[in-house]
Order: sequence, then structure tokens, then C-alpha cells
Amino acid sequence: MANGSASAHPLAPNPVLDPGHNFNSIGDKINAVVLTPKFRPGWVLGLLISFGLLNVLLVSVAWTIFRGVGVWGINIPVGWGFAIVNFVWWIGIGHAGTLISAILLLLNQKWRNSINRFAEAMTLFAVACAGLFPLLHMGRPWFFYWMMPIPLPQALLPQFRSPLVWDVFAVSTYATVSALFWLVGLIPDFATLRDKAVNPIVKRLFGVLSLGWRGAASHWHNYEMTYLLLAGLSTPLVVSVHTVVSFDFSVGVIPGWHATIFPPYFVAGAIYSGFAMVLTLAIPTRAAYNMKDFITDRHLDNMAKIMLATSLMVSYGYGSEVFFAWYSASNWEKYMMFDNRMSGPYMFFYWSLIFCNFIVPQLLWSKKVRTNTVILFIISIIVNIGMWLERFIIVVTSLSRDFLPSSWGMYYPTVWDFGVYFGTIGLFLTLMFLFVRFVPIMSAFEMKLLLPESKVKGGHH
Amino acid sequence: MEATPTTGIYGLMAEFDTPTQITEAAEKAYAAGYRKMDAYTPFPVEEVCHAMQMPKSKMSLIVLTGGILGGIGGFLLQVWTACVYYPLNIGGRPNFSWPSFIPITFECTVLLGALSAVLGMIFLNDLPLPYHPVFNNPRFNRASQDKFFLCIEADDPKFNAADTRKFLESLHPVEVAEIEK
Repeated sequence: MANGSASAHPLAPNPVLDPGHNFNSIGDKINAVVLTPKFRPGWVLGLLISFGLLNVLLVSVAWTIFRGVGVWGINIPVGWGFAIVNFVWWIGIGHAGTLISAILLLLNQKWRNSINRFAEAMTLFAVACAGLFPLLHMGRPWFFYWMMPIPLPQALLPQFRSPLVWDVFAVSTYATVSALFWLVGLIPDFATLRDKAVNPIVKRLFGVLSLGWRGAASHWHNYEMTYLLLAGLSTPLVVSVHTVVSFDFSVGVIPGWHATIFPPYFVAGAIYSGFAMVLTLAIPTRAAYNMKDFITDRHLDNMAKIMLATSLMVSYGYGSEVFFAWYSASNWEKYMMFDNRMSGPYMFFYWSLIFCNFIVPQLLWSKKVRTNTVILFIISIIVNIGMWLERFIIVVTSLSRDFLPSSWGMYYPTVWDFGVYFGTIGLFLTLMFLFVRFVPIMSAFEMKLLLPESKVKGGHH
Repeated sequence: MEATPTTGIYGLMAEFDTPTQITEAAEKAYAAGYRKMDAYTPFPVEEVCHAMQMPKSKMSLIVLTGGILGGIGGFLLQVWTACVYYPLNIGGRPNFSWPSFIPITFECTVLLGALSAVLGMIFLNDLPLPYHPVFNNPRFNRASQDKFFLCIEADDPKFNAADTRKFLESLHPVEVAEIEK
């Protein structure tokens, strides 16, 4: 069985865990971040800035609820605007976390062990940000429970043939399962923190969070199976979530939306943007906490390769859209692609998206680029922007010019659109800052499994 | 309070340094006839479970049941809504337009499967547990870090304070400790 230790083979890739570690050094290093009573100035500053942005969100949301969604730039014909662009963007970002924690676990990719906790946290926070947008876009968010199949006095139940209702189920299931997966993974690490903590209050707190976990073999036996089954359930789930999101568009008849390529192309785009966000967060975090021996250059290299592969998949999607538009011989589809997206009023954004998502990632073919953290960080930011532009192009160009020229209209976001959007970035970063300080950012017990001494010599019968 | 004859002690606990040692110790203890025992490790060591001949985990059955119930429940909810409770004509489709019910059926399958996985694990492992005697060993805090423990419980019919201690010491542990209830 392959393990994370350095191999003697000359062509073997870099180790996923730098040599010289043992059980204690791994646990100590990861838990020290949580258990130290000190707050680093850089962390405090980062948290304050993020918290400032979070306040922008609070003000923008308060104003949106107080005055109604009319404060946003949405109108007829573009009724979806930023809210849906941002919703799809955030949900997509979440997908990398589940891919890393579930799919790479099933594929026995040991390198995931040091980034899964981090990526799962990112998923949770991204889904929290995503969930805000459809809620606010409803206009009267306090009636959100009307979307749930519960017996209400007015005897209304959801219309289950609508992709928008599928979305409610997909996203809420996704949020729940991601939270469960994350918390189950944390139980043994909370137990370690309980056993290492000196401060009695901290010890008690982690004791409660660890549910009294004692690492019994009979418990691990059930735990391992649970973890594997959750991974097995999450794998089709993560594919289904963005598929259902793409149904929101592709089930409609609007030109530019009504395409069968949408589900796979959306899923690939989600993973693409998610890995970009993992890199955006992991590169500064590993530098700030000096974790380069845990998140090695091999990790960055692997993630960059996945980004390159998914970039080619979404680019294939862009190509397919163009081909379908031409081959369909439908006037509206052709107009949408060639006269609207490529040369219409939003052409700048279309070509920027091609630049960000197709041209720039081609740099990742070079190993020098993949191992240069600064360039990789910049590329990851560009990809994040590109994926946002992709959703903007899909939502806005199609809605602003549908079949009847007399009903066309331009979309201009307002300051409140930007306020809510940047505000959710503040919410996301605030949660990330709190996470890296108060929760172990790596799964210590899974990291220990990367050590050769965690294996039983001679095997079993 | 105590119903068992060996009041006062929960068991004898031996401490080891490596997963290989704990696996061998568990194998030998099983061979010596001990059944009521458990190993405590900082990370999962599958071989220990094999050494103690643990039966297959019931988790897969629990999750399968939860998933099937979720799938059937989700599908019936939609069929009942669309055909019985509130039939609506949507684009001329039949009331029982089952293909459009599949996405939610799938999501409900996963949701109930995952919930039963986590709740099932917590239930099977008897968590949350505010108190357990093994924590009375002052060195037990290492069980979640870097040490491996084997505890033979006093309830075991073969348990005998002197003989069991002698047996555990023959396994070359770091130390053998008596665990109070």
C-alpha cells in the first residue's frame, strides 16, 4: 500500500509530508495553533478587516429587507442579477471541499489528508454565503419556510416539478451533509485537544465537543465505516448539487440556457473555482502558520493540475456552446452567442471570462508555474474572477435579450448589489479567520496515518 | 450499587508504543481467551479490530436502511402532493410525472442516509458519554496522541487481577495500570 513517506524511486513525486515528523510533532504543531492563548497581530488585523466587510453585509442586507429588492439593479427582463450570479459562484466554490474530502478519500489519495479539514470548512462557509442570496432574492425572506413541504394553514405545498424546488432540496441537503462530514471528522481531534488542553475551561469545552471520544478500537471500527459511507454518499451528492443548479437554467427555454451541456459543464466549473479558492486560502495560510511541511509543494502542484484539467473541461463547455449555437441553426441561439455574448453590450465580460478561465490557466502546463506560490496565487485569484464572470455572462446576457427585441433591457447593478456581494466575502473570511484560530485546521489523526510507523508491521491474517 | 463481584476496578490497562505492539497484544489476549477488552488508539488501526475478531460493523446496514427510507419517503411525498393533496396542471404533464420527482428523491436518499450514518455511529458507540473509567488512568491522555492502550475489563469471565496482570506484563508493555471504576 502506498503511503505518504518518501519513496526511493528516482521518479517518485515529492512527499506529501516532509520527513522528520512523528506522531507527537504532527499533533503538537496542528494543535498549538488552537491551544496557544496568544492572538497573533496578523490574525487580529485580518479578522478586523473581514469583520468590517461583514458589517457592510449587515447594512446592505438590512437595507434590502427594509426597502425591498428594488434597491438592487434587478428589473424586468433581468430579474436574477447579482443574487443568482453570486449564489452559483459561492455554491461552486464549495464543491472543491467535498471533492477533496469525499472523492479523493474514495480514490485513496493520501495527499488529501492535510487539506481536507480546511477545504471542508471552506465548503461550509461558502454554502452559508450562497444560501443568503436566494433567501434575500425572495424579497420576503421571512416566508422562506413556504418552500418546505410542511402543512401550512393556506394549504400550499411546493411545486415539485420545478428545478427551483429541486434546488432547495439539493442545497439544504448539501449544507447538512457537509456539516455532518466536517463534524464527524472533528470528533477525534477535539478529543486530542481535550487531552492536551491545560486551561480547565478549554479542556471542558473540547471535552463536550468530543462527545467523550476515547479512541476505542470498537469505536474506530464503526467510525471508519461511517466516514467511508459519508464519503460514498457525498460523492454523488456533490455532482448532483451543481447539476440541479444548472437545471435552474437549462430547463428554461431562454436562448443560451437551454443546453444539455450545462450539468457536466457546471460541475466541472464548480470544481475549477473551488480549487482556485482552496489555493487562494491555502497559500497564505501555510505561509502564516509555517505549515509548508504539511501542505507541501506537492499539494499545490496537484491542485494546480486539477485546476488545469477542469479549466480545459469548462473551456470545452464554452466551445460546445458556440458549436451548438451554430449547429442548431436556431436564429435565437445563434444571435445569443455570436451577436450578443461575443459582440453585444457585455462582450467585454465575455472575452474577459475567456481570458481568465481559458487563456491564463494554460500557464499551469509549466511545472515552474505550478511550484511558484506567488504566480499560483495570482492565477487562483484570476480564476475566481473568471468563474464569477462566467455566471454573470450566463445569467445577464441571456435574460437581457431574449426572443422579442421590444422586451430587451440592460442590467446595471447598484451599490447595494456590490454591498451584499462584498459583504458575503467578509462573512466568508470572518468565518475562515475564526476557524483557523479555534479549530484544528488539519485532521491530525489522518495526518498521523501518513507516517510509516502508523502501519502494523507484518500485517494481519 | 455495584452488581458485579469485582467491585472497585474496571480493568487492567497495558500501554504500548506502536501499532504493531498493540496488534500483537490484542491477538495474544484473544488467544488467551479474553473477550471483554478494548484497544485505545490515537488513529484507526484496522488490524487491532481483526485481532480481536470484532464482528462486521452494523453501519452499512443502518445507512442502507436510512437511505432507502429517505428515498421512498421523498418520492411518496411528491407523489402524494402532486396526485392526491394538491394536483396542479403544469404544462399539461400528467399528475404522476415521476421523472421530475427523481432529483428530490435522490436528495432525500442522501440526506436520510447521511443523518442515519452520523446518528447511527453516535448511537452504536454509545456517545455522548460524560464519564468513562478509562480516563482514570493518568497516562490515558496519550491515547489520543501517540500511545496505544489495551484494557482487559474486570467483567471478563477469565479476568483475575493477579493472573491478568501477569499476562499483560508478559506482552512487554510500557506499564500496566489498574483502572478504577
